[in-house]
Amino acid sequence: MEDNNDNKKSSRRQFLKKGLIAGAGVVAGGSLLAAYVDKSKPTSGEKVKVLTTEGELVEVDKALIHSPRVSIEESHKGIPGRKFVMVIDLAKCKNARKCVEACQKGHHLPRSQEFMKVYLLQDSEKSAPYWFPKPCFHCDNPLCVSVCPVGATYKRSDGIVLIDNQRCIGCKFCMTGCPYSTRVFAWKDYPEYAEDKEPYSPEASSPGKEGTVSKCDFCPDLVRIGKLPYCAQNCPMGVIYFGDIDEDTVTNGSETLRFSELIRDRSGYRYLEVLGTRPSVYYLPPVERQFPVESGFKDLEESVKNRFKNTPYGKTHKL
Amino acid sequence: MENKDTKEKLLREFAPQLEKTSPATLVWILFLLGVIAWGVYAFVAQVTKGHIVTGMRDNVVWGIYIVNFIFFMGMSYAGAIISGTLQLFRTEWRKPIIRMAEYLAIISLLIGPGYILLCIGRLDRLHYLALFGRIQSPITWDVIAISTDIFGCLIFLYLSILRDIASLRDFSELKIPAWRKKIYSMLALGYTGLPEQVKRLRRATDIMATMVIAIAIIVYSVLAWIFSVTLQPGWHSTIFGPYFVIAAVYSGTGVLIIAMWVFRKVYRLDQYITRKHFVAMGVLMVVLAALFGYFTFSDYLTKWYGSEKNDESLIRILFTEYYWPFIFSNYIGVLIPLLVIGIPKLRTITNITLSALIVIVALWFNRYLIVIPTLESPYLPIQDSRPEWANYAGTWVEYALMAAGVALFCLMFTIASKFVPVMNVSEMSETPKTESSELFKTEESLL
Repeated sequence: MEDNNDNKKSSRRQFLKKGLIAGAGVVAGGSLLAAYVDKSKPTSGEKVKVLTTEGELVEVDKALIHSPRVSIEESHKGIPGRKFVMVIDLAKCKNARKCVEACQKGHHLPRSQEFMKVYLLQDSEKSAPYWFPKPCFHCDNPLCVSVCPVGATYKRSDGIVLIDNQRCIGCKFCMTGCPYSTRVFAWKDYPEYAEDKEPYSPEASSPGKEGTVSKCDFCPDLVRIGKLPYCAQNCPMGVIYFGDIDEDTVTNGSETLRFSELIRDRSGYRYLEVLGTRPSVYYLPPVERQFPVESGFKDLEESVKNRFKNTPYGKTHKL
Repeated sequence: MENKDTKEKLLREFAPQLEKTSPATLVWILFLLGVIAWGVYAFVAQVTKGHIVTGMRDNVVWGIYIVNFIFFMGMSYAGAIISGTLQLFRTEWRKPIIRMAEYLAIISLLIGPGYILLCIGRLDRLHYLALFGRIQSPITWDVIAISTDIFGCLIFLYLSILRDIASLRDFSELKIPAWRKKIYSMLALGYTGLPEQVKRLRRATDIMATMVIAIAIIVYSVLAWIFSVTLQPGWHSTIFGPYFVIAAVYSGTGVLIIAMWVFRKVYRLDQYITRKHFVAMGVLMVVLAALFGYFTFSDYLTKWYGSEKNDESLIRILFTEYYWPFIFSNYIGVLIPLLVIGIPKLRTITNITLSALIVIVALWFNRYLIVIPTLESPYLPIQDSRPEWANYAGTWVEYALMAAGVALFCLMFTIASKFVPVMNVSEMSETPKTESSELFKTEESLL
């Protein structure tokens, strides 16, 4: 058991390290990773190691690092040698909604735009309801990318589907093309967009822009500095695993697992496989659950609670 | 051959249409301008406040704008197909009404694409479609197809009014300002009716008639594919291409009948546009009604019978929330023309016109039911904390711009009729050929 834990830890370290190396590798024009260091912020005293493009490992204060944002052109390429994957363990989800909140905050989104949505699904009348967090599936056969008339949304070599809101004309064809209702539209200029003072990058999907489409981006800006996406980082139950399918590793921050073994042992599946979109997000079925579905309604804001009123569960339980 | 005397007589009769604008017409034009101004006001509101002023939201991302786009484009293709076919087959009764069909084709074609633009979030980036256009996207197909169509229809219309423009240039009694005469003589391109010119013009018109029919079918199929290439349960259907084409021509015959009725009243054309023409168009409308009903039935039958989960939920919405629009557009809109034209006693001008009006409204709702309920029943259930975001309802902005589009349509029709008569004077002054008149006789006996 102890051995096993050690293994997990070491592979996690390896994963993070590889993330770092990859992150440093793509900084354009041979500039230092230290370029990401913002000297105006107060220090926290906690040091982290970063790798420069020259291959030197240097220690800098953690608080000094902000997310590196690559240019639009750079964002088309994808992180070399990577193929990202997400695994969502439905057995552990209790609709704590920390993934939603962190994602909203991290992407400077208004309340009406959610990249991550948590559904209350019930496959049929007699089957049990379960909580279903839904990010963008970053399909390998993405219809949204096919139908875009101006190439504003694109598939990268690392599997991520991004949107360039400087290119998007707002025709919303991708929104009807996506069978998973993943994409959101900026119906007006929300004040939250202005909170983000950093330059725009499709990898950060921020700051948002009125009249364009946006969606979950798998947070490649965080991955570049060896961090997990906001949702995976902040889930208190460790529901969301993120990793690399070629490396066969996924982690939720506290445990690192072999992707293939996890999918094999827990009967992982992709949602609506029948549509042929080939998602990069896998689900582990809600078996041997850690929480009853009702616990998802605890401490829920009234307006959020209301959205589940019309579900089969909501109707029978008079929410 | 053209009969000079008949032509002079016709021109003399139609001259007042071009020379004067009655006070009633002026009031009508002012009213239309008022409606258009309201639309402009709504458009300004949408541009300044954002698309939040419309009823469209993340679930129903396309609303009345797209419905109107399909509707106007449909009328245009109908105009093109009807005028092209009548031209090619030299149908004798086409003469007094073919000009209206051509006007219908081009005018609605100039308005329709405007609705797509209203739906676009960033109009300031419209030129990206040309700069960064991707041929893989059905929207790019649509851009290419529609611009080809506009071009083709303009040429076709021009060719078919060329002879009348030349006649107006040569008609000395016409009391119009000199600048208008100048425009006529410029646009007439030196056409004087030489045998060689007649031959060439006829050839060119026939070629363009064939072209516009083909283009119209392609363009409307492309429009249908914008919906059917997606995986949405109500749209992902192989039947959509032909279904849209038939629905388009069907709605267009309705609009043409209304136009015939209006111009007959306004310009007192009773002796030229007779019951015969209404019945002929009515018969066309019945054939299309049957086809439209058949396509609609096939589409919904296959969805309902297999009852796949998502199809089932769509059908359920259609028969509950949208019960009356559904019954109206897909039952009443099909059965009324069948009854009115099918029963000889009922075939009066008023009845045919009224059923045409019903057909137009029904077809508008048909498009509404294709676009909106589908978006309201996606694969993943809509679970939204904002109830007003889950269901679609058009706002005043969208309805104002819809009214403005209709007003612009009427205005352009009015202005066009002031420029060149709404009837093809040159063709009407031709003596019918024997074969076609025989055909006409059989047609007459049918009616």
